[in-house]
Amino acid sequence: MAEIRNYTLNFGPQHPAAHGVLRLVLEMDGEVVQRADPHIGLLHRGTEKLAESKPYNQSIGYMDRLDYISMMCSEHGYVLAIEKLLGIEPPLRAQYIRVLFDEITRLLNHLFWLGAHALDVGAMTVFLYCFREREDLFDCYEAVSGARMHATYYRPGGVYRDLPDSMPQYQPSPLRDTSEITRLNANREGSLLDFIWDFTERFPKHVDDYEMLLTDNRIWKQRTVGIGVISPERALQLGFTGPMLRGSGVEWDLRKKQPYEVYDRLDFDIPVGVNGDCYDRYLVRIEEMRQSNRIIRQCVEWLRRNPGPVMIEDRKVAPPPREKMKGDMESLIHHFKLFTEGYCVPAGETYAAVEHPKGEFGVYMISDGANKPYRVKIRTAGFAHLSAMDELTRGHMIADVVAVIGTLDIVFGDIDR
Amino acid sequence: MTDTHQDLAAHAQKMFGESITAVHEFAGQLTLDIHRDRIVEICRTLRDDPAFAFEQIMDVCGVDYLDYGRESPAGPRKGPRFAAVYHLLSLRHNRRLCLRAYLDDESPMIASVTGIWNSANWYEREAFDLFGIVFEGHPDLRRILTDYGFIGHPFRKDFPLIGRVEMRYDAEKQRVIYEPVSIEPRVLVPRVIRAEGFAKG
Repeated sequence: MAEIRNYTLNFGPQHPAAHGVLRLVLEMDGEVVQRADPHIGLLHRGTEKLAESKPYNQSIGYMDRLDYISMMCSEHGYVLAIEKLLGIEPPLRAQYIRVLFDEITRLLNHLFWLGAHALDVGAMTVFLYCFREREDLFDCYEAVSGARMHATYYRPGGVYRDLPDSMPQYQPSPLRDTSEITRLNANREGSLLDFIWDFTERFPKHVDDYEMLLTDNRIWKQRTVGIGVISPERALQLGFTGPMLRGSGVEWDLRKKQPYEVYDRLDFDIPVGVNGDCYDRYLVRIEEMRQSNRIIRQCVEWLRRNPGPVMIEDRKVAPPPREKMKGDMESLIHHFKLFTEGYCVPAGETYAAVEHPKGEFGVYMISDGANKPYRVKIRTAGFAHLSAMDELTRGHMIADVVAVIGTLDIVFGDIDR
Repeated sequence: MTDTHQDLAAHAQKMFGESITAVHEFAGQLTLDIHRDRIVEICRTLRDDPAFAFEQIMDVCGVDYLDYGRESPAGPRKGPRFAAVYHLLSLRHNRRLCLRAYLDDESPMIASVTGIWNSANWYEREAFDLFGIVFEGHPDLRRILTDYGFIGHPFRKDFPLIGRVEMRYDAEKQRVIYEPVSIEPRVLVPRVIRAEGFAKG
């Protein structure tokens, strides 16, 4: 009788369902996975070491490039760590703006995740719908920071600038006729807040559309129900955070439990799953989108009523306004010092964590009193989630590996750093 | 020190006694410096004792204190060079704790906590890869982030930022080769330590 042996299969690093550069070495017995060994580090850029060689503010842009589909949340963790070391607190309006953009980022992330996950499992349409909504949110990013994705908008002590009073509009072009331009500009007549408000009016209906396509879809359920089941105890052991932990029924959300910024003033719920499988995690993330929509609406209402500063007045940390710099010698010196040398942070160490769309994003920062961090350690959720790959896929078929990678919501920018 | 931190530190000192060499609190974070030989039993108690109940390990992080405070008037800090830092989270009590164990300069080594929290597995591999800290009893201590066949531990402070070798495709040999780096290291903004309240008012 012929001897049947396990064989190893290389999944990636170039594979559309690997969500980036994941090399997964699978040991297969027929079509059943016996062992999964993820090889990571193909996108390792040494972000932490680079951050140690630059003044504090110059690394904010690197944080965008960690998790490149939820940019501002990573910035938030980094900026929060600096603020804790400096002992400063941004003005209230800046805190609301940060929460607003954290939630916009959560929508961006979950929309991308939903589209990519559905595409991996075989549903093409959802991907196109999700990317339509993402486009509007990128316009919000662009309106405040000038960049569609890598915004570098948060700064220690506040945000870079206040929300704009007008939205950029589509210009006449030979490719579009006048009625088309008018239609596209219809919700861009007012301020950015009006544009976001209009989006939140539409968005719940869009989520209904996605749910109509997937939630009761027989194929979707066959591919996700009972796949990658993880018990609450194992989820804690494996270091799961965020939707991965909540999908297993553990009610844990840093926005509620250890509130930062103004989350304690806002009204929202934490969805939790029951079975801890891919389907429950899908439901949790869908509900999180609805909750984010609620938070965004509350923020917009508050921001409309309460104008004010968005950056602290401490000239050792925040640059002076441009017009002051032109007429005042001391402001000019502050500006020069801040953009050449930066600011010195008191010696000490801290760990700041935010509820990133993927889980807990923590920054452990050690300062020795210099203008550059002594050590920055970035704790990303994806790293812990991917390390559980072996346990999640063992005994499943190879097609389920794709569903599990999808449900982990991994991005290699933040795993490899 | 806040009340909860006070209770936590007091209880830890009662439980572990001599094994805790120092207690710090800074910016709302409690750090216990512990003796490296006791790491496994301390961690097991921290997880299982209901008064601690640290169910999750958030991070294991290597630190190299070689250049710490080099630019300060007092000069570089003395003492052990390497440390392993553990960040724990208790969901039940909703609090965090940070443990720090100083390691030997020559061969930094500490027992692995993978058996207590399984998620420490990759974090320890990462600290081994980047700092050369050996975790005894780790089931699979391979490099994780750097290239296959990488030499050195890149996050140590004596490892240059630009690296030691660069890679290119050699058309003659028809394969990728490694060569010593051809670029010069440069520092755009020098590192300075200003006294607190420097140039205030």
